Amino acid sequence: MGQTIIVQDLQKRYGDVHAVDGVSFSVEEGEFFGILGPNGAGKTTTLEIIEGLRQADAGTVEVLGMSPWPRNPRLLPRIGVQLQASSFFERLTAREQIRTFASLYGIPAKKADDMLTVVGMADKAGTPAEKLSGGQAQRLSIACALVHDPEVLFLDEPSASLDPQARRNLWDLLRSINDAGRTVVLTTHYLDEAESLCDRVAIMDHGKILELGPPATLVRGLDSATHISLATGTLSLPAAREVAGPDASVTDDGVTVTIATRAPAPVLTELADRNLLTGIQVRGATLEDVFLHLTGREYRA
Amino acid sequence: MTPFRSLSRAMLLGFLRDRSSLFFTILFPLMFLVLFGAIFTNQGLAKAKIIQVGPVAILDQAPGLGEILEITKQNDLAAAQEQVRQGDFVAVVRQQGDRYQLFYTAADQVRAGTVRGVFGQLVGQANAAGVPQRFTLAAEQVEDKSLKAIQYITPGLLSWAISMGATFGAAMTLVTWRQKKILRRLRLAPVSTATVVSARVGASVGIALVQTAIFLGVASLPMFGLQLSDYWWMCVPVVVAGTLVFMAIGMVAGGLAKTSEAAAGIANLIVLPMAFLSGTFFPLDSAPGWLQSLSNIFPMKHLNEGMLDVMVRGQGPASILPELGIILGFGLVIGLIAVFLFRWDDV
Repeated sequence: MGQTIIVQDLQKRYGDVHAVDGVSFSVEEGEFFGILGPNGAGKTTTLEIIEGLRQADAGTVEVLGMSPWPRNPRLLPRIGVQLQASSFFERLTAREQIRTFASLYGIPAKKADDMLTVVGMADKAGTPAEKLSGGQAQRLSIACALVHDPEVLFLDEPSASLDPQARRNLWDLLRSINDAGRTVVLTTHYLDEAESLCDRVAIMDHGKILELGPPATLVRGLDSATHISLATGTLSLPAAREVAGPDASVTDDGVTVTIATRAPAPVLTELADRNLLTGIQVRGATLEDVFLHLTGREYRA
Repeated sequence: MTPFRSLSRAMLLGFLRDRSSLFFTILFPLMFLVLFGAIFTNQGLAKAKIIQVGPVAILDQAPGLGEILEITKQNDLAAAQEQVRQGDFVAVVRQQGDRYQLFYTAADQVRAGTVRGVFGQLVGQANAAGVPQRFTLAAEQVEDKSLKAIQYITPGLLSWAISMGATFGAAMTLVTWRQKKILRRLRLAPVSTATVVSARVGASVGIALVQTAIFLGVASLPMFGLQLSDYWWMCVPVVVAGTLVFMAIGMVAGGLAKTSEAAAGIANLIVLPMAFLSGTFFPLDSAPGWLQSLSNIFPMKHLNEGMLDVMVRGQGPASILPELGIILGFGLVIGLIAVFLFRWDDV
């Protein structure tokens, strides 16, 4: 498999702010790649440089073997970009929007209509873009980014401001787009989104990449505690301490008793012996813990 | 569909589905036309009533003066002057040898001015000809002075309507497309900037031509009575050129503004005073000389003049070429400023 995107030592300054400070990574063909970080981490600027919307102060970018800057008309038909805000023509229906975008790439109206069906928007084709819900607008804008069948799809915070149900639906859509063989690059400030969707994640903060790898590997490399939770009352605090052993910590917030341990197996065995597995929750480390570990501060999107 | 056609279509649909922009571009100027047409109907039609005391050669020998002057003959100068003072007549004229005397009222300056103008010409031409019998009145000059209100109002208001439509169309498209990131999206599509700009030009020119058709249609109704001259269709290139200039002005407003509200404010600030100072609402004939000279720096003045020339003054097709050149010159300069101010993004 070839490398679809190669980024080397990217630099971008806005006045005193070092928005992007020496970012390097590469994205494989067909990969689902995530750039994760809090607001202001430099994710969007990095993405915009790769898309060709901004010029880097230093460093090189190669997308499908071409440089995106200056504006490269041979590259543009091969990439699809969904922008952070939903960029629609005012007062046009969903169908008119996607047909207009399709025409910019010389794609016939029929194919544009098919794409509406792919993203599950066929029944909203006659609705003006202004009247679509957040999730629908996001689907439409992804359809508009995909209408010319690009090899690489860029998504900038696709699930921002969506309700949980709409987010899950969007994730399913994004997975199917990636399964169809497209390379997908997305920025997000949701840890769970990156964990659930991405083959590999770059964690960014203050313009630098702190860590890069598959989410599972990043989490495993942490050697952090596993949290086992039971409803308060099913197990008394002293009994819980006894089960947990000397190296674990036990807390009770009045609703849940939580045992944090680095050796979950004996604890779970003991709980099973006491027939206390009903309603039990076991949570391993998440990207949240990775971020906390890397930056020493709580993750706040 | 080609990118040019689909983008123009997107802009036209966006325009047609926006009631307020439809109102301000089409109906609002039309309301002014109806209003001004009704107010000035009588004033424009009324002839100037004058008294002739004794024989006055230039009046007796000039045919066609009945169009603008209603002449009553009397013998007593003092009594006639008193009637002028009371407002029954505009002026008294008499001839004493080679000398023409004109006594006019200060109360009705517009018509008194017309009468003075007419006599100035009559005398001037009589002198130039030297032979009173060969005296003729140049119809063109008289036509200009006796322009009916609707003949003046229609080209003026149409110039204003087109300027507004083109300015706002360009400014609003630029600002909202930048705000909504459509400009970025277009930049990431394989279409040239020229295609995007020409699509907007196509949409604006289309709107301007529809405005022209509706305006001329309404003004030609019997109740308004607009009389178009033979070469009125030459207003089409003038309309197109005017649209281009004011689109450039709109691009400047859109380049300076961050929000659509600010863009509307800047566009109004430029277009509205210019409309007054260019004589699109009221003739500048009675304005001070410095104002008349100043008005030449406004493209709307030339747009207005070009429209008047071809639509009602009955001038031939070639006569608008200078005005057309001036308008396009303005367009070029302002267009360059607009390119300089153009931004793809807010930041």
